[in-house]
Amino acid sequence: MPTVRFTYALKRFFPTLREMEIQAATLPELLDEVEAAFPGLKNYVLDERGSLRKHVNIFVNGSLIADREKLSDPIGEDCEVFIMQALSGG
Amino acid sequence: MKNHLLLGTRKGLIVCHRKSGGWKIGSVHFEGIPVSLAWENPLDGTWWACLDHGHWGVKMHRSTDRGANWQEVAAPAFPEGKEIKEGVPATTQYLWAMSHGGADHPNRLWVGTIPGGLFLSEDNGDSFQLVESLWNHPSRSQWFGGGFDHPGIDAIFVDPRNSDRLLVSVSCGGVFESTDGGKSWQGRNKGLRADFLPDPHAEYGHDPHMMVAAPTNPDVLWQQNHCGIFRSVDGAKTWADVSEKDGPAKFGFAMAVADDKPDQAWVVPAVSDFNRVAVGFSLCVCRTDDGGKSWKAFRNGLPQENSFDIVYRHALAVTGNDLVFGTTTGNVFFSNDRGESWQVLSNYLPMVYSVGLAS
Repeated sequence: MPTVRFTYALKRFFPTLREMEIQAATLPELLDEVEAAFPGLKNYVLDERGSLRKHVNIFVNGSLIADREKLSDPIGEDCEVFIMQALSGG
Repeated sequence: MKNHLLLGTRKGLIVCHRKSGGWKIGSVHFEGIPVSLAWENPLDGTWWACLDHGHWGVKMHRSTDRGANWQEVAAPAFPEGKEIKEGVPATTQYLWAMSHGGADHPNRLWVGTIPGGLFLSEDNGDSFQLVESLWNHPSRSQWFGGGFDHPGIDAIFVDPRNSDRLLVSVSCGGVFESTDGGKSWQGRNKGLRADFLPDPHAEYGHDPHMMVAAPTNPDVLWQQNHCGIFRSVDGAKTWADVSEKDGPAKFGFAMAVADDKPDQAWVVPAVSDFNRVAVGFSLCVCRTDDGGKSWKAFRNGLPQENSFDIVYRHALAVTGNDLVFGTTTGNVFFSNDRGESWQVLSNYLPMVYSVGLAS
């Protein structure tokens, strides 16, 4: 079952956010499950098109995903998914 | 009496309280997060904060207890399939203007965004729908961004005499009027000038930086435009250039009109679009008392050397004799005499995006 971890920055808005094991075959499915557990979170990570926000990154087993638009990168049975913020601003 | 000041800044919402003829900084909300607009709905006293998270998108929060508690609501979002232009999906990038819907529609809200979407809520912000009639206006292909990548709606005016009559200002696009509650729209740009277009008198593509209507006579409208200061006395059917010929009152962003005198208005000049600093590094506020025939520059209490300050379009507010403005370098000044003299509220705040007076 994939494991998903989050940047600490998201805990400001979702204080009980924690690492989770989620039954999902695709990244969009995985994010739907995260949304069910933490309503509103998906909208922080994706825009209304379902695309990854400009300054957010998703890593699967340590590799940055390639498809930021539709999140079609494959995820394996026991993969680790990291939802991270990019560094920007000042 | 407006006893609170809502400062939308690059590092949060700063709330100030009125204190013995001046203002005192009170609380900070959304610390560290850019607040593009903070606004009190004067009809019900709700405070609204529009957030521009660098990472997490735009968010909207409301408070019904003057900031003691905030509730996040679903920010305006574009429906599936909408495109800014061919091949560029439309997503909400910035929340830039808010208005209530008039006293006869207590649950109605209008929100203006970048990339140019106007949104309507009929449930006091629980949900928003794109106003398709304006999004589908044939002129939209001639809108473009000025300073931002895409066009944005920076001012919304609902006529207090008839809440079906609206004016919105699009930067860059121009002024649009609806007389049927937003079902259809007509351009209202006659008399404006767009020096940056091949045809300065084009019907569309104008850059109204800020548009305000006089509360005591809503047919009198003022506009700080990219290409000067313009005034209308016929409800935006026609505009006249009232910029100062030999003085600083010409280029700028912010514009305010007196609550009680339609012919009294203020601007805070900058040099030009190519040099966005205070004129001569010397900050002044210009006021007209005669409908733009003449302007006076007031400098008492404002920095007269080494001032790089400019004032963004939503960062000048007026109520009665009181004015407040905040600058791009984090200075906030207030006046108790209609702008003739100024005092410092703070010199050490973040860049100020919006200044709103609240009850």
